Amino acid sequence: MANLKELSKQKELFTGGHRGCAGCGAVMVARQVLMAAGPNTVVASATGCLEVISTIFPFTSWNVPFVHSAFENAGATISGVEALYKSWVRQGKYDKKLNFIAFGGDGGTYDIGLQSLSGAMERGHNILYVCYNNEAYMNTGVQRSGATPKGADTTTAPVGKVKKGKEQYRKDLTAIMIAHGIPYAAQSIAGNWRDLTSKVEKALSIEGPKFINVFQPCRLGWSFEPELTCEMGRLAADTCVWPLFEVVDGQYKITYKPKVKKPVSEWVKLQGRFRNMLKPENKALLDDLQNFTDRQWEALLKKEAASIPQA
Amino acid sequence: MAKSNILARTGNEAMAEAMRQINPDVVAAYPITPATEIVQIFAGYVADGLVDTEFVPVESEHSAMSACIGASAAGGRAMTGTSSQGLALMAEMLYVASGLRLPIVLADVNRALSSPINIHCDHSDTMMVKEAGWIQIFSENAQEAYDNMVQAIKIAETAKVPVIVTTDGFIISHGMERIEILDDSVVKSFVGPYKPENYLLNFDKIITVGALDLPDYYFEHRRQAAEAMRTAGAIIMDVASGYQKISGRSYGLLEKYKLDDADCAIVAMGSTAGTAKVAIDNLRAKGLKVGLLKPRVFRPFPKSEISDALKNIKAIAVMDRSDSMNGQEGPVCLEVKAALYDKSLNKPVLDYIYGLGGREIRLDEIENIYNDLFEAIKGKSKDKITYLGVRE
Repeated sequence: MANLKELSKQKELFTGGHRGCAGCGAVMVARQVLMAAGPNTVVASATGCLEVISTIFPFTSWNVPFVHSAFENAGATISGVEALYKSWVRQGKYDKKLNFIAFGGDGGTYDIGLQSLSGAMERGHNILYVCYNNEAYMNTGVQRSGATPKGADTTTAPVGKVKKGKEQYRKDLTAIMIAHGIPYAAQSIAGNWRDLTSKVEKALSIEGPKFINVFQPCRLGWSFEPELTCEMGRLAADTCVWPLFEVVDGQYKITYKPKVKKPVSEWVKLQGRFRNMLKPENKALLDDLQNFTDRQWEALLKKEAASIPQA
Repeated sequence: MAKSNILARTGNEAMAEAMRQINPDVVAAYPITPATEIVQIFAGYVADGLVDTEFVPVESEHSAMSACIGASAAGGRAMTGTSSQGLALMAEMLYVASGLRLPIVLADVNRALSSPINIHCDHSDTMMVKEAGWIQIFSENAQEAYDNMVQAIKIAETAKVPVIVTTDGFIISHGMERIEILDDSVVKSFVGPYKPENYLLNFDKIITVGALDLPDYYFEHRRQAAEAMRTAGAIIMDVASGYQKISGRSYGLLEKYKLDDADCAIVAMGSTAGTAKVAIDNLRAKGLKVGLLKPRVFRPFPKSEISDALKNIKAIAVMDRSDSMNGQEGPVCLEVKAALYDKSLNKPVLDYIYGLGGREIRLDEIENIYNDLFEAIKGKSKDKITYLGVRE
């Protein structure tokens, strides 16, 4: 695996000049994923922040072949690209070794793109799907998604006089992907380049469908200071709000265990979307998030304990 | 003319046969009645190693078209088949495919749209996507379905415009007919290798496909796509002329049947054109000067060819196998009227909406339409829009 110095000397495959916000975590994810994947990579993207900010005609940030077709179909689009590749290789028309990576936000992955993603995973295409999960529809202005945590303030599940933000827990998409029996699934964060790039490298070394759910702090939608993006990601791991782990052939391995598991309030208090949760009268909401986080973490520890340790 | 093989084939089998001979790089498809057979038969070809195709059995028609878009953008030949609700579900992606100028070919077996749900023929599905930027070619029978498919791939790749080839559900798709199939090698050399100008898998020229166009570029790109459709007619004629040389069968944007000296004419597309030809022969035997205009190509709409063909006709009936639910005539009639208006041709044009949801169209009904037309020539008023064969 390349160290930071080596990575920084690579040719940029996702260049600057895009229209991402200051402190955008999505572009960080795209850049680091491509650093790990290298130039022999074809990218497909769902409609969303990443696509909108990086491909305003006649400009593009992508120094690798890139295709966007619609919102709900990155899984199917990259399937078509990979199928063509397989056909050409079989026909002896093409011999370059390629990676196929699809990017989708949580809206394009958890919600509208779930069917297309599920189909692609079930069919076993040799692809890596990376969800840059910022827990809401940020491109359209912070609407709630299936990934939005309970109690968060979004524009379609707002905090009001009688409602207290989103009323449902977030969906566990990583578990859904694991349930597809794919050879590699993982969770990572924007803010830990080593974790992300090593998981991408590992995923791409495996034949078949792979999925990485990358937790991506969004300064606009979560409302925090732009210089805190990486910190917000690391805090999500330190509080176990977003555990870092990977599942290889069904065997769980937690790739980061915080020495001291911080309370979720440490992460919550830096974000405007949880402002309401911090009011004393809403303590139950904060407690609920802590309990949800603890339950998920304990369940994960058990799954790891029940797994065959990886080499 | 090359040696042909005479076979008994249904429309679906004929289309699958054409696809086998075209040997596309990728077929992505999802089952739907009555088109299922096309891709089912094709999957058999894949299983038997008769084609080089990567078959992607997707989880929806939306994904079928999305995967075709991915494969086509990557540089390959991509095809699919569908019907009705499947075409409706694809609709979003049909616009994307044509906007990206990807030469995908789609076999559509015409079937009514829900609701109520119905699996039988009408043209509502194809008409629903008539503005999607796809060339639309209608087939009268299984032979035309086969011939149109072989020509479609060449048309699409030359024009850089995707093509829908239609048959009529069950009537053509499941009807067994005598058809002539070309030799594999003849089709292979007619179709030739696909050489895309720009494609994803070309790492010597890295491209971004599907970029965001804002008000400073979108209009120009749409204008180019519109122009490609406008000039596709000439390409369709060129391809037809090449096809005539290998098959002996000639095709145009439209077909005229006993039209040149006719007083009255019916305009009809698809299988009904075949029925109309028999009605015409019956009436001609009685000395009535009647004829047929069959648009083969509905997109691009052959406007001037249609008005030229109809200029000496005294009364015209358009048979619409779908209803636009727009408070006025069906889609084909409206466009025929617009074509006539451009040439200042003011004559009776009657619209017959018929056959919805597979309702049978009989010979006597078509003969009665001609009677209506002769009455209209005499100046006897007649409803402008008739729902033919419906209980009211």
